[in-house]
Amino acid sequence: MSSVTTLAWFARHELRLAWREWPAMIAGRQRRRRAAIIGLLIFAALLHLPAWAVIGRCAELPTPLDATSHVVISTTICLGWALILSQAIESVTRVFYARADLDLIMSSPARLTRLFSVRILAIALSVTAMALLFTAPFVDVLLIGGGNRWLAAVGVVIASGLSATAVAIAVTIMLFRLIGPARTRLVAQIVAAIIGAGFVIALQVAAILSSGTLSRFAILTSDSAVALAPAADSIIWWPARAVTGDVTVLLPLLSASLILLGIVMAIFSPRFAETAASASARAAPGRKASGIGRFRVRSPRQALLRKEFLLLARDPWLLSQTLMQLLYLVPPALLLWRSFADNSVGLVLVTPVVVMAAGQLSGGLAWLAISGEDAPDLVGTAPLRQMQIVRAKVEVVLIAIGVVFAPLLAGLCLASLWQATITAIGVVVAALSATAIQLWFRVQARRSQFRRRQTSSRLATFAEAFCSIGWAATAAITLIMPLAAVPCGLITLAILAATWVLSPRRG
Amino acid sequence: MTSELAALRVRGLTRRFDRPAVEALDLTVRTGEFYALVGPNGAGKTTTLRMVAGLLPPDGGSISIFGIDALRDPVAAKQVMAWVSDEPMIYDKLTPEEYLEFVAGLWGIAAARAQGTARQLLISLGLEAHLGERCEGFSKGMRQKVALAGALVHDPRLIILDEPLTGLDAVSARHVKNLLGDRVRAGCTVIMTTHILEVAERMADRIGVIAAGRLVAEGTLAELRQLSGGTDHSLEELFIALVDPEAAVA
Repeated sequence: MSSVTTLAWFARHELRLAWREWPAMIAGRQRRRRAAIIGLLIFAALLHLPAWAVIGRCAELPTPLDATSHVVISTTICLGWALILSQAIESVTRVFYARADLDLIMSSPARLTRLFSVRILAIALSVTAMALLFTAPFVDVLLIGGGNRWLAAVGVVIASGLSATAVAIAVTIMLFRLIGPARTRLVAQIVAAIIGAGFVIALQVAAILSSGTLSRFAILTSDSAVALAPAADSIIWWPARAVTGDVTVLLPLLSASLILLGIVMAIFSPRFAETAASASARAAPGRKASGIGRFRVRSPRQALLRKEFLLLARDPWLLSQTLMQLLYLVPPALLLWRSFADNSVGLVLVTPVVVMAAGQLSGGLAWLAISGEDAPDLVGTAPLRQMQIVRAKVEVVLIAIGVVFAPLLAGLCLASLWQATITAIGVVVAALSATAIQLWFRVQARRSQFRRRQTSSRLATFAEAFCSIGWAATAAITLIMPLAAVPCGLITLAILAATWVLSPRRG
Repeated sequence: MTSELAALRVRGLTRRFDRPAVEALDLTVRTGEFYALVGPNGAGKTTTLRMVAGLLPPDGGSISIFGIDALRDPVAAKQVMAWVSDEPMIYDKLTPEEYLEFVAGLWGIAAARAQGTARQLLISLGLEAHLGERCEGFSKGMRQKVALAGALVHDPRLIILDEPLTGLDAVSARHVKNLLGDRVRAGCTVIMTTHILEVAERMADRIGVIAAGRLVAEGTLAELRQLSGGTDHSLEELFIALVDPEAAVA
């Protein structure tokens, strides 16, 4: 086979894999795939409503842009790019560690550099397609409201996808070089989490410090931000100008991102093979533990708790997830700190953020403790009742949530005992709801499948998110208008009850 | 044979998936015996043993372990037995010692007693150099040894093993076989499925041949030879004659 044929054949193979991975990633199990895809399409259609609310008024934005528009649009593009980069780092790490075909490819007589060039291109296409999918409702709203000039936004998304993939590959391979394959997976995930969340959080922190609110727009539209902005003809504003339909800057942007990806392919394709080989040959001796000393466990419950805590503490996925949750707690903590000084009403905002974070973190923890059991046969053959096992696992989730949120709740106690009590109740209820949903929808899985936990049941994922939002809203409304919180709480309870009715465990 | 002597007594055990996997199976394993269950792929060996171990509820039938009704009182039945599957299911992020401490805790074994047994087991399985390492870097053989140590740390009276030698090198397989032999000599009962017929031939006191969810033959090697009408047949020849007579003729 000629090299051109080989490349075309490999590209087709990659595209087929990506095409088959997509529905699996989105919809999970084959049986429910069609229903899940229809549900997702409806959800995507519904997303146009919030997109309209957020961006609808920008559709008729006049050009040339003023300084404030430059700052706001550029910052939004930066934020989007950071999120795409985060996703791209995830994808690159997955290709290094999770693809089962590296041994096959590397043992074949094909030229690896070319094959890995195709694979890099496939990552870029997949990341870009994902970005296009998520930005589609916003672009649609702009197109409908402001005309064809907004088609240029698609070009900017493509440029962002290509450049973010290029940077992600460079970052991941450099991490391999610097810290070795053993630690790269964990560090790459943490870097992805920090990049994804860090930009939003940094903006919120800046907003809190300058104006005492959680609103990012407060700082972006402030006089000080405009004063610091470069002149209107600066290259910094090219992405903002391109989004609004300036083709003279869109084409150079697209070309630059393509050239960047080409350079990365040329430089890193040969190293990609080498790096993948190091990653797949990572059967090196495991890390030494500190030594167990004497056996301490006295009861099955203690054994289960100790095992769960040890595994949670040593779980890289969880560490990155927790870190992200903790990062999201930084702005409310900062707001709390500021509120001590000026008794701001903004303090109320802390409660929903904390309750929501507790619900989300509990969902992840509960999945790891309940579904992510690496030795189900061992636990299944132990002389214990199922209820004892479940109770121990629920205890683990609640204790872990307690440890994470107790300091913040203690701080809140000093500001307002009433608010701290409501927040604590909200945290417990959100954690219990998320844990219950995980119990009703539990499926046997390995802990390493944590990343794909959402695909096992979309219904559980949405129920978990809606319950977290519902309890967060209920807690916040309780602080402002206690009576008005009753319907909100009842709606959330109804969501939880409907989830139970639809759950496979009910049978 | 009296029922008091039976380590395992299964009557009319039935389980269906899309098709019948185990059909009205009767099986008795005596206390202190090494029993090998052999059969072609999909014959129902693993399904049978998973039901005995309490991992899969049967559609019908009864299971008695040392006289304990395993379906009515599964906790008491599980207390005296251990299960080892072909795919060693251990925790990557725990060390062998931490894993055994966890298992001992699940079975409620006193910590001091468990620690001594655990160390002894890990050393006898050649894992002393890896006691403090997390299992994530272990080979298949090492993982299988850790799983086996976990099964033995609570000193079970009945050990059920599903293809325990799959993927093990000769030295590791020898370690496992020696350990199982020692246990049987100490009065423990072992039930093992295997595709390696030589192992069944050399180690088992009795062999059961299962096909299409039914026990088609059972006995010592000599009894099975008698059943097939020959005296010098190997177990492989007997096995093929029992499960695929056409192939045996060819």
